[in-house]
Amino acid sequence: MAFERDLNLEATELRLGLPGTQESRSNKRSLPDMNIVDDQGHRSGSSRVISNASDATKSEEETTPPSKTQVVGWPPIRSYRKNSLQAKKSEAEASGIYVKVSMDGAPYLRKIHLNIYNDYPELLKALEDMFKFKVGEYSESEGYNGSEFVPTYEDKDGDWMLVGDVPWEMFITSCKRLRVMKGSEARGLGCAV
Amino acid sequence: MNYFPDEVIEHVFDFVTSQKDRNAVSLVCKSWYKIERLSRQSVFIGNCYAISPERVIGRFPGLKSLTLKGKPHFADFNLLPYDWGGWVYPWVEALAKSRVGLEELRLKRMVVSDDCLELLSRSFVNFKSLVLVSCEGFTTDGLAAIAANCRYLRELDLQEIEVDDNRGQWISCFPDSCTSLVSLNFSCLKGEINLTALERLVARSPNLKSLRLNRAVPLDTLQKLLMRAPQLVDLGIGSFVYDPSSEAYIKLKATLVKCKSIRSLSGFLEVVPCCLSAIHPVCQNLTSLNLSYAPGIHGNELIKLIRFCRKLERLWILDSIGDRGLGVVAFTCKELQELRVFPSGVDNAAVTEEGLVAISAGCPKLHSLLYFCQQMTNAALITVAKNNSNFTRFRLCILDREKPDPVTMQPLDEGFGAIVQSCKRLRRLSLSGLLTDQVFLYIGMYAEQLEMLSIAFAGNSDKGMLYVLNGCKKLRKLEIRDSPFGNTALLTDVGKYETMRSLWMSSCEVTLGGCQTLAKKMPRLNVEIINEDDQMEFSLDDRQKVGKMYLYRTLVGPRKDAPDFVWTL
Repeated sequence: MAFERDLNLEATELRLGLPGTQESRSNKRSLPDMNIVDDQGHRSGSSRVISNASDATKSEEETTPPSKTQVVGWPPIRSYRKNSLQAKKSEAEASGIYVKVSMDGAPYLRKIHLNIYNDYPELLKALEDMFKFKVGEYSESEGYNGSEFVPTYEDKDGDWMLVGDVPWEMFITSCKRLRVMKGSEARGLGCAV
Repeated sequence: MNYFPDEVIEHVFDFVTSQKDRNAVSLVCKSWYKIERLSRQSVFIGNCYAISPERVIGRFPGLKSLTLKGKPHFADFNLLPYDWGGWVYPWVEALAKSRVGLEELRLKRMVVSDDCLELLSRSFVNFKSLVLVSCEGFTTDGLAAIAANCRYLRELDLQEIEVDDNRGQWISCFPDSCTSLVSLNFSCLKGEINLTALERLVARSPNLKSLRLNRAVPLDTLQKLLMRAPQLVDLGIGSFVYDPSSEAYIKLKATLVKCKSIRSLSGFLEVVPCCLSAIHPVCQNLTSLNLSYAPGIHGNELIKLIRFCRKLERLWILDSIGDRGLGVVAFTCKELQELRVFPSGVDNAAVTEEGLVAISAGCPKLHSLLYFCQQMTNAALITVAKNNSNFTRFRLCILDREKPDPVTMQPLDEGFGAIVQSCKRLRRLSLSGLLTDQVFLYIGMYAEQLEMLSIAFAGNSDKGMLYVLNGCKKLRKLEIRDSPFGNTALLTDVGKYETMRSLWMSSCEVTLGGCQTLAKKMPRLNVEIINEDDQMEFSLDDRQKVGKMYLYRTLVGPRKDAPDFVWTL
């Protein structure tokens, strides 16, 4: 209806600005791409662009990127704290949370990400699926009972241990690689077949 | 008019301990000024460039304890180049020359060299206490000098410092005659430590109350240390990794039960969560718990731990605690006064407005908050303001910059407005999320006690900054980044800056010309332009926008140690 154009709805519109101000910009004030950061954290150019018409349309197109580009000093955490959490993350990755898995008789090895499993049953099920075998029943005194396959791992000290003896969290931080042993060799590790 | 002899007045002044009060006392009359300055023992300098060491020593010859702060706050976030300044050597040198009987030195955001530590250790016979927070520039050699030469050392406290070149032998440098240690914190050191020397040191320190270890101290050493020091009040555990069925662990559990004085716990830099049950008996007496460097403790183990901590007054935690975990905190920790929730960097772990609302409802004594979160709503902030009007420190950081209220898509002006209106004793505020000039109108109107304000990616125009400068009479520190405030805002009330400690503006709209005008009008301010990558040259355009500006009041003019890339206008 032609009337509506003359109603000047804008004047009665409830806004958060002070009366008389124009809210002509889009929600995104600065174009994320303006924050170009080099290795030393020096930024070139201003990171802010006051919106005018052309910028507003530009930012519409680039608006709401799924993840914003990084900006120096954001989030505002002390570098000491950032570095120490970062170090822990890369430590976790470096200490073998991704481990190789070998199966006696299999032509090639596999790699798994230990962190995605929450406990031993999940891990063993994944191994069983991966290599098409079944482990026996685990007991602390006798190891794996009822199968010629025994899951073992190499720990930080280089020793070959039976999977399942230590608490899960301790296992994932000390496990360097996994090996599913088969047959006679497995017997030494407590397989009561 | 003095009706009492000076000694009596001095005795009365002994009871006046806060620096603020002593400053006030010294303004009453010349006689009181003199008595006060000669009896002042503890001096706090919030900006090391506001005054010279010689003048401080001249006024306070009886100085025993000095606290100095160097770089501005945003230096913590890499916004300041490495060698901007804040060297403490000149201060130590001046103090050494003057024969001041320095006993305590507390530094924050300053550059401390090994030479400086060496000089410090040799110059003051009664030196007792060194506290370094967020400092840099020294190695363990400097620590070795302190250990070896400060015969009556009581406190060596290193917080959040990256120290290079770690060799654990510094701990062996404490002489056998050193038995005075009360507090030892080396949790931030990354290298190996001589464990035998550490054990012997603790064994001969009967007054040791606070001990914070680094990750190189294993569980069995921890057990031995606790056996020697069951009187500990504050414990920082380095490594907490062991097999729960092992004898060492069982021994530790038994030892911990005997440590009935522990009120503060931190660390767990390396941890196997299943070992945590040993800690549970300690939890019930804890008033302070810092797990913000322990990403290994999360989920149910964390919540189990929290449930034991009914007396907690201070909690520093990672956001992996989640809203659910915060709900448990709200239910359990009724004495909570300070809460800090830091980002763990894990994508799906985060807290939202729900956690904050729960805390504000459950913890009536909460007054200090630092909260990194995924999102925040106006409704939640309004509820928080209704639940709790005690906040003195309210720092909110929504990780996604300029994020609006996700429910209404509105800016967070109303939410923060409610906070400042309700919390009449608010002294420190940090803003985040999508914000317009309106929030600054509210701040200027209601935040009468505000002393420090941090602004990032906020506001629409100069009006925003002006509301704050005009309204907040007690403002001391204002730091702004990436906000559209320009010369008009900067120059409207230039006298204001002499009532403040400092102003930081980076990536805003102020120009070189504007800064120069300000510098000309206000000779008692240092207006520093921090110029990286040769962005600007001396003869350049006044209209050029300034990348980083830091201005502060000073009694001693432009500093002589400014590097090339810093211009003082």
